[in-house]
Amino acid sequence: MNSLILAILLFPLVGVLINSIFGRRWPEPWAGILATAVTASSFLLGCIVFFKILNLPTTEQTIVATYFNWMSVGPLVVDFALQIDPISLCMILVITGVGSLIHLYSIGYMAKDKGFARYFVYLNLFIFMMLILVMGSSLPLLFVGWEGVGLCSYLLIGFWFEDITKAQAGKKAFIINRIGDACFLIGMFLILKTFGTLDFLKLQTQISALTSAGLSLTTVTAICLLLFGGATGKSAQIPLFVWLPDAMAGPTPVSALIHAATMVTAGVYMIIRLNFLYILSPVAMGIIAAIGFATAIFAALIAMSQNDIKKVLAYSTISQLGFMFGAVGVGAFAAGLFHLITHAFFKALLFLGSGSVIHALHGEQDIQKMGGLKKSLPITHATFLVGVLAISGIPIFAGFFSKDMILWFTASSVYGNWGLLSVGFITAGFTAFYMFRVYALTFLGIPRVSGFHPHESPASMSLPLIVLAFLSITGGFIGLPEWVHIPNFLFEFLEPFAKLPDITLSHEAEYIVTFISVFVALIGIGVGYLFFVRQSKARKSITTILRPLPSWSFNKFYVDEFYGKAFVSPIMYFAQVCWKFIDTVIIDGGVNLFGGFWKKTSSILSNLQTGNVQSYALLMAIGTLLLMYFVFKG
Amino acid sequence: MDYSKVMLITSAAIFAIGFAGVLLRRNALIIFMSIELMLNAVNLALASISFSLNSLDGQVFVFFVMTVAAAEAAVGLGIIIAIYKNRKTIDLYDLRLLQG
Amino acid sequence: MDWFVYGFAGFSIAAAIMVITRKNPIISALYLCLTLFSLAGLFVMLGAYFIAAVQVLVYAGAIMVLFVFVIMLLNLDPEKLDIKSFHPPKVLSVFSAFLLFGFLAFIFWNNKLTGITGVDTQALVDQNGGHLKVISAKLFTTFLLPFEITSILLLVAIVGAVIMAKRRV
Repeated sequence: MNSLILAILLFPLVGVLINSIFGRRWPEPWAGILATAVTASSFLLGCIVFFKILNLPTTEQTIVATYFNWMSVGPLVVDFALQIDPISLCMILVITGVGSLIHLYSIGYMAKDKGFARYFVYLNLFIFMMLILVMGSSLPLLFVGWEGVGLCSYLLIGFWFEDITKAQAGKKAFIINRIGDACFLIGMFLILKTFGTLDFLKLQTQISALTSAGLSLTTVTAICLLLFGGATGKSAQIPLFVWLPDAMAGPTPVSALIHAATMVTAGVYMIIRLNFLYILSPVAMGIIAAIGFATAIFAALIAMSQNDIKKVLAYSTISQLGFMFGAVGVGAFAAGLFHLITHAFFKALLFLGSGSVIHALHGEQDIQKMGGLKKSLPITHATFLVGVLAISGIPIFAGFFSKDMILWFTASSVYGNWGLLSVGFITAGFTAFYMFRVYALTFLGIPRVSGFHPHESPASMSLPLIVLAFLSITGGFIGLPEWVHIPNFLFEFLEPFAKLPDITLSHEAEYIVTFISVFVALIGIGVGYLFFVRQSKARKSITTILRPLPSWSFNKFYVDEFYGKAFVSPIMYFAQVCWKFIDTVIIDGGVNLFGGFWKKTSSILSNLQTGNVQSYALLMAIGTLLLMYFVFKG
Repeated sequence: MDYSKVMLITSAAIFAIGFAGVLLRRNALIIFMSIELMLNAVNLALASISFSLNSLDGQVFVFFVMTVAAAEAAVGLGIIIAIYKNRKTIDLYDLRLLQG
Repeated sequence: MDWFVYGFAGFSIAAAIMVITRKNPIISALYLCLTLFSLAGLFVMLGAYFIAAVQVLVYAGAIMVLFVFVIMLLNLDPEKLDIKSFHPPKVLSVFSAFLLFGFLAFIFWNNKLTGITGVDTQALVDQNGGHLKVISAKLFTTFLLPFEITSILLLVAIVGAVIMAKRRV
């Protein structure tokens, strides 16, 4: 079993090594085929492990495979050990499953790109790092994966680095991630100081042993918030979300994999993994829920007026991540994981679909220049529609079940409240609206494309779309709500590991919540239909009534500009001061002064070297006389 | 009769005079002569002390000093002639290549 | 007899002062000769007859002749005694000379040479056949090594002088 687990991790690494050495010399699709094959093999092995674990009783469902001792420094003992339990298994299956579909898609999308092999090296490296993140049995290993995916994100966002803006987008992502990582590290240090260990299982036993003895609530809250700070960077929440829209500069499959399905969910995973720690601090959980829902609605407001299809999807990702954080903030860890899984399906589908559109239109990303693609791109159209319905929360589709679960727990959990719930409903409505807007402007109506006739993507790109569409339709069935009276497979699987909170409302209320969420979604779609398909005049009047808001929304509420003025400019100014004043005047001046002093001294002393023998004789005489004096004095 | 103290004072005086000559004169030959003066002063001191100590070893040493002085004078004058041929001057103030 | 000693001593000092203060090198050379003669007289007063003779023969006779030859060969102008700007202060030189004299005089005056006696008293010298015999005996027995080395030194000096004065080919 141990070697099986290690193999899941190492297959992508093998792909990296082989592709980096040989990939460039092979003819075009082979590097991609190798990369896809190793990821798919990891997925198969993950399935094998999954079925083995499934049949074990709950107490035995955690397997920790220790391979070697990484470091032992004083109280810090960290082993390189991989932990398999239901939480990590869900993540592994999503990462490798969706990952291999995206690898397959990339073979078609990145064809004829001169960095073909390099792309697949980075992609496999990303899968490897992400697997370390989810399989690590202790926080340092998780952090290794955390940093690793940040690195791969940088490499892949700035993949076409000859374009300076794309390279800068990669840089922005990495730097903002780093800020979050600093918080994360401090949180780790605090955990080590308070609990003496960083291993998840040991931490869990420590905490259940310690709560009776009294743990400082402020310390735990501080730890939780610091770790969450790291999560805001990685998972693009307020205040560190600004890198995600810029990250759309990378190739579309990268956006699908990293910035929709996997990397950005690392923050949510981390909180779910440490749920036993977060439960101890209701304050921290309240803050997380508040920030999560605030981000959700904020991003949804921005998404409503963006014209770049990928930017809409990026803000939509931020918004859905806000939902996930809201879920864990109210204590519904399993619901958060559920939404993570379904979101991976439909967001990857939406991104890949948009990639298909962009590929067909030879690089056009502005939805105002698209339209009427329903007939020319039938498969893309159908799958994209499935994705839109899934994200909007229309029943039967996957998103409905997971989003409904989140809203139900926000309403009913002991940690939830009505304010958060109403924000959740409003955001759901907005989500449906802007997604339908994108769908309508891209696929419906009169074609606004000029010049050529777009045709459907090759099979390597269409096949993943179809598979993901299927998963978006059926994926929700693993987590059915109670009133359907079919066992909720996912929650039973996750039962002792990712819990659900205690609920304060009766189960009848669940019907009401479900009804309202569907109602809100249908209203959103309806308004979208009116505005963008029927071209209703009400659109103009509403835009005028809300006058400053639409332009604020279009300009992303000026967050980037604010950060630039508040943080970046002072640092740049300080750098200038350091250079012009401190370095040039003080340091160089000081060193030059020191050198100049010695130069002056030596030029004064060199006057002794007259070249005149007699002066030398005189000096010798004076020296001898002094010597004689001192000898005879003593 | 014990003249040795007077002789020694004389020797010290001639030595100091020769020393002053080395430091004050510019002509290389005159400096050379001053050095000879200093050597002679030393001879005088050696002789007078050997007289005081009733030992003839001092006088033998004087003999050696004179021999060395003769050899040194020969070679030194040869050097001065070589310098004169090369630089056309034996004024020490003009022979300052080591300055700086 | 004292007056001879004081006379010769004063004479030698006066002549030495003359040596270092004359402009003309020939005059300086002649005054040096005079100094050497006075010193020879002082040697005689000390009973060092052999040395006195060698002084006159070698120093005054050979070395000074060599000096005079060289001075005449070089045909120099009487030097100028101006002070140039880089000349070390004359005062300092004179002062250090005075200081040196003071030191040495102090040491010599206060020196107590009593209690140390050698064996070569006048009586012993007369007994062994005279001053010269004793010195030569010492030269070839106790001081044999320095004697031989001095002869090599003279050889080196000869070779060196020849090389120095040779015309460059």
